[in-house]
Amino acid sequence: MQVATQQESGVVVDGVRRVLGGRVVLDELDLVVPLHGRLGVVGRSGSGKSTLLGLVAGLDVADAGVISVAGGSALMPQKDCLLPWRSALDNACLALENRGVDRRAARRRAADLFARVGLAGTEQLRPSELSGGMRQRVAFVRTLLADKEVLLLDEPFGALDAITRGELQEWLRETLADEPRTVVLVTHDVEEAIVLCDEVAVLAGGRIVASFAVDVEPVRTDAAFVELRERVLEAIA
Amino acid sequence: MRRWLPPLALLAAAAGIWELVVRAAHVPDYEFPAPSAVARAFADDSGLLARATAVTVREVVLGYVIAVVAALALAVVIHWSAAVRRALLPILVASQTVPTVVLAPVLAILLGFGIGPKLAVVAIVCFFPIVVNAVDGFRATDPDLVRMMRTLDGGRRAVFTRVEWPGALPAIFSGARVAATYAAVGAVFGEWAGSSSGLGFVMLQAQPELDTARIFACVVVLSLLALALYGLVTLAERLLVPWSHA
Repeated sequence: MQVATQQESGVVVDGVRRVLGGRVVLDELDLVVPLHGRLGVVGRSGSGKSTLLGLVAGLDVADAGVISVAGGSALMPQKDCLLPWRSALDNACLALENRGVDRRAARRRAADLFARVGLAGTEQLRPSELSGGMRQRVAFVRTLLADKEVLLLDEPFGALDAITRGELQEWLRETLADEPRTVVLVTHDVEEAIVLCDEVAVLAGGRIVASFAVDVEPVRTDAAFVELRERVLEAIA
Repeated sequence: MRRWLPPLALLAAAAGIWELVVRAAHVPDYEFPAPSAVARAFADDSGLLARATAVTVREVVLGYVIAVVAALALAVVIHWSAAVRRALLPILVASQTVPTVVLAPVLAILLGFGIGPKLAVVAIVCFFPIVVNAVDGFRATDPDLVRMMRTLDGGRRAVFTRVEWPGALPAIFSGARVAATYAAVGAVFGEWAGSSSGLGFVMLQAQPELDTARIFACVVVLSLLALALYGLVTLAERLLVPWSHA
């Protein structure tokens, strides 16, 4: 009889190595994200964070090691990559249409999600008519509608101002509570990783050098939050 | 309306000076007609000019449509196949050193004296700017958008129809606008190589009669034709590519 002691995994990266232009970017990298777990990967610029996401997304192939992803992955790139000729709603429908879902059915699903995540009223607007924060929300909904278990977020709010960024982090927490997924978030913003994730891993020298369970409330001014942030920053330095 | 005013005022002033100079120097109409003589030619030859214009308009529009369809089809093939691109693109660029005017008589021999050779000349003249701009437009697609589509289950076809094609439309239209200004000239060359009707034919007939005013009237109509086609293409762009004018 089998005893289910091991937690199911969303993402497993095992001994991955990637060499780009003669430089070892990732080396012997291991990480496991449990199903519906949220892992924040932080590190300096050029530490290989985006390379790691590209590998997990299947856009790039590792030189060594194994990557397994439960239920497929969808990548939300740093830029919103919204198509200027499509309305906000039709941008969100892209993955559904790519899979051959009928356009009207796709729009119904997207409109339903728009209403639930506070995007009602923006359906027919073109990306150029949306604020930066709204554009990122639409880009995230587009990623959600790819119907993949694993969401790969690459600096999703990197281009936003501090206030909008805080609002969107809050919004993303709520949306993920409503639509639980396995998340790998890559960011250089340690606070963002702590607010959004239940585990924070530090990437340096091509491997994970430290890992912290997030056991604090997402309140930036709390002593426990500040202390965790300092510990993560220390590991990066 | 306001932005049309300065060029129209400049044109009117130029015509006024032209009229004055021709009259003051007593230049005969057959050498260089004054604008008033051209206007008289319009009134006297209105029936002839209208029939000739109808013939030429048909050649221009049909030839242009053939050019657009053929150019887009070839641009898509070039974009999809690297082998075709490598083989064809240099030849296509080099072919532009062949003066198309020279081809008109050859085409007349090949295709007879009907509308065929005129359509061919118009199409050949208009073809190149559209192909080159379309190919450039497809290739200028933001690679991040293509990556995004790939992570959202978008295959080669979905990437083309949902990203590359709409993204290339502004470039395609700039090529189509340039081509629109060539089309009327192409039709005239086609008619000069052998025809019995059209504005080019009327010009050829007016020359030995020294009816220079009539030739000028044809030139005016041809310019207006080119302008009208240009305007139509611009209008189509506004309707089909609304996002680039927002």
